[in-house]
Amino acid sequence: MFAFLLRRLGQAVVVMLVISLLSFSIQDELGDPLRELVGQSVSEETREELREEMGLNDPFLAQYMRFLRGALRGDLGVSYFFKRPALDVILDKLPATIDLVLAATFWILLFSVPVGVFAAVNPRHWFSNLAMGLSAVGISVPVFLTAIFLIYLFSVELGWLPSYGRGETTEIFGWETGLLTRDGLRHLLLPSISLASVILPLFVRMIRSEMMEALEAEYVRFARAKGLREGRVRMVHAFKNTLLPVITVGGVQIGIMVAYTILTETVFQWPGMGFMFLEAINRADTPLIVAYLIVVGLIFVIVNTVVDIVYGLVNPAVKLTGKPA
Amino acid sequence: MTHRKFFRMKFAALAVLLALPFAPGYAKTLNLAYDADPVSLDIHEQLSGGTLQLSHMVCDPLLRWNQELGFDARLASRWERRSPTSVRFYLRRGVKFHSGRVMTAKDVAFTFARLKKSDDFKGIFAKFREARVINDHTIDLITDGPYPLVEHSAAFIFPLDSAFYAGKDARGRDKGEIVKHGDSFASTNISCTGPFTVRSREQGVKVVFERFDGHWDADSPGNVRRIVMTPIKEDPTRVAALLSGDVDFAAPIPPADLARVDRSRKVDLITMTGTRIITFQLNQKRRPEFADPRVRRAIVHAINNAGIVKKIMKDFGTAAAQQSPKGYAGHDPSLRPRFDLKKARALMKEAGYADGFSVTMMAPNNRYVNDAKIAEAVAGMLAKIKIKVDLTTMPKAQYWPKFDERAADIMMIGWHSDTEDSANFTEFLAMTPDKETGYGQYNSGNYSNAEVDSLVLASASETNPETRAEMLRRVERILHEDAAFVPLHWQDHAWGARKGVHIGRVVSVTNSPYLGDLVMD
Repeated sequence: MFAFLLRRLGQAVVVMLVISLLSFSIQDELGDPLRELVGQSVSEETREELREEMGLNDPFLAQYMRFLRGALRGDLGVSYFFKRPALDVILDKLPATIDLVLAATFWILLFSVPVGVFAAVNPRHWFSNLAMGLSAVGISVPVFLTAIFLIYLFSVELGWLPSYGRGETTEIFGWETGLLTRDGLRHLLLPSISLASVILPLFVRMIRSEMMEALEAEYVRFARAKGLREGRVRMVHAFKNTLLPVITVGGVQIGIMVAYTILTETVFQWPGMGFMFLEAINRADTPLIVAYLIVVGLIFVIVNTVVDIVYGLVNPAVKLTGKPA
Repeated sequence: MTHRKFFRMKFAALAVLLALPFAPGYAKTLNLAYDADPVSLDIHEQLSGGTLQLSHMVCDPLLRWNQELGFDARLASRWERRSPTSVRFYLRRGVKFHSGRVMTAKDVAFTFARLKKSDDFKGIFAKFREARVINDHTIDLITDGPYPLVEHSAAFIFPLDSAFYAGKDARGRDKGEIVKHGDSFASTNISCTGPFTVRSREQGVKVVFERFDGHWDADSPGNVRRIVMTPIKEDPTRVAALLSGDVDFAAPIPPADLARVDRSRKVDLITMTGTRIITFQLNQKRRPEFADPRVRRAIVHAINNAGIVKKIMKDFGTAAAQQSPKGYAGHDPSLRPRFDLKKARALMKEAGYADGFSVTMMAPNNRYVNDAKIAEAVAGMLAKIKIKVDLTTMPKAQYWPKFDERAADIMMIGWHSDTEDSANFTEFLAMTPDKETGYGQYNSGNYSNAEVDSLVLASASETNPETRAEMLRRVERILHEDAAFVPLHWQDHAWGARKGVHIGRVVSVTNSPYLGDLVMD
């Protein structure tokens, strides 16, 4: 286990190096950060001086080496816009994004398993057809449309829920969360549903098809033939095996969810790191962009590592170390 | 006093305290949503709409623009021109900074010196030599030569508390230093004279302002005690927040939502002709065709800019035939949009381009209202006179470097004059480009006309307003006749507010609402 984690750590370092190199090499294509720092009438000459002062005129390798030296000390550069270390800015925004992802994951866990299993067991039931139809719609409608529709229905027309922002937050152990107050939860409802609307249908469909496959498998027939109760056959024999691929794909999906937070947060003015990232791109705030990509890369590596560990727990045939136990 | 009586009094006091928040007129809070929040608390760090909005909340200028584009006295109670090169300002007495200090002419001189040091603001004060302190309440602004825009510039002087910015901060850096990148004392701390103080600020999330009780302007009708400013970047979300009552005041309202906001029974919509001109420039250096005034005129005649305003901008703009909007010194009302396709084709034929030619065009897609759509429409209109346009649109961050390179034959540029003065447009957009003087910095068309250049330069030292206005009108007429650029429209301003929030009295074309004077029912 320890060797496995150590190897993962090594991989993570390589992944982040590659990400930093890639994001560094595209920074010239992102535009000129100076324009966002100065007014319209500032002369070309003054802008050139500033560019020189900020080291933007240095050759690519010099800039990259400077970045790497800083990164070794945990310094990923200073955001042009926030004027604070990029990593601090991201860590400030992280709790809001985690709240959102947790809430969306809650909806997904709450609905995907019962609906998916039900649809697999009763494929011809009207509810199964409805759920499949809705999930097709959910997959194909872009998240920002869902979000705007929800805002107009529940905030503007009905006036039940707030239209933007995070509301009241409380701090526990230095972690600022909106999950503990009524106001915070009300603010969280629409964004989390929007975010879940993209991923939930995938899970429902996946669980349904894996479960259907499992129900056809030999060991399920055998279990039935043994005379086991149908409930036990479904939940213990079929469903447990359904979970294996779901966990693998699910881990990747949680990573993908981070990408969808960019759109969801932008529409809801959610002060998380997805919204921050889009803004950083608009402003060509390169240090922040690079730092964000590195942090997200790290999140992917961590999620995949956790998935592998969980996979090992669910499926005893898998050995993380790759050696016989 | 018996114990019981004391207890009863305590109870009564408690009851009053509890009831206070519900009493009419108590603690009005304004929830405000703009598309962006100020980038810094240092009002001299960046010259932008956001900074000026902040300046008018936390500070007061010597004098400020009113709704008729004239000037109202603020920290200067009156002012007079004493010679062609000097204007004397008499400062209001008893004006207090948020720190409690009383403002004097020394603070104005300090602020003036700081403006001269600011990369963004020094351009406005380039013609000024010094701010000479006469006594505690009198100060002279001295210019290098006769200068007509002293008042226009004084509207940018928001006196800062010189004692507050004196000395070093905890890290040994000068507190008054203006830092463009990286943090500084001044970018997170401010002491000024304005109606509000900054209570808390979380950049990009929210800024909370609290009324300053020591504000000098006791006659102000304003009754807002607290302002919570939230930047809401996305247009649909900002409009939804306004319509759902989550915010009391939102700006800007995008063209697509104007009708919806106007229809709403809960919300008032206020629109005003803006002062930002949107234009296309035709690069004569890249394309010899554009050096022929007939071709440029043909292009102007081929573009139905009134149609663009109606269809694409949903009437959220005013079709233009010159740079200066109404109310500016150089505005000439006789110049009208001149869409005429027949004439455009005739001009093309006359110039020998009846069969047309192909050009490249670039425009941003997130800088001006509907910028990319406007560029597409213009490309379509040029096809009618057989000019084939290869159009590229891109985000502003990528666009400006392209603009600096003059990377396409036709490029879009919008311009707002910082000083609300006509000459500024021509200085940046139409004068002969000159690296030394900085004139024509945004003239990607390379249009050059010696008469225009000399008129604008002369206008900079003409202190008779009528003579000066005529010079600037003449400039507009020449540019019109020469078809120096393609004028499209002036972008409108639009603000939305909940009924009972009387923003109509505090907004103006300068787009810095005077929230200190805002009345809420």
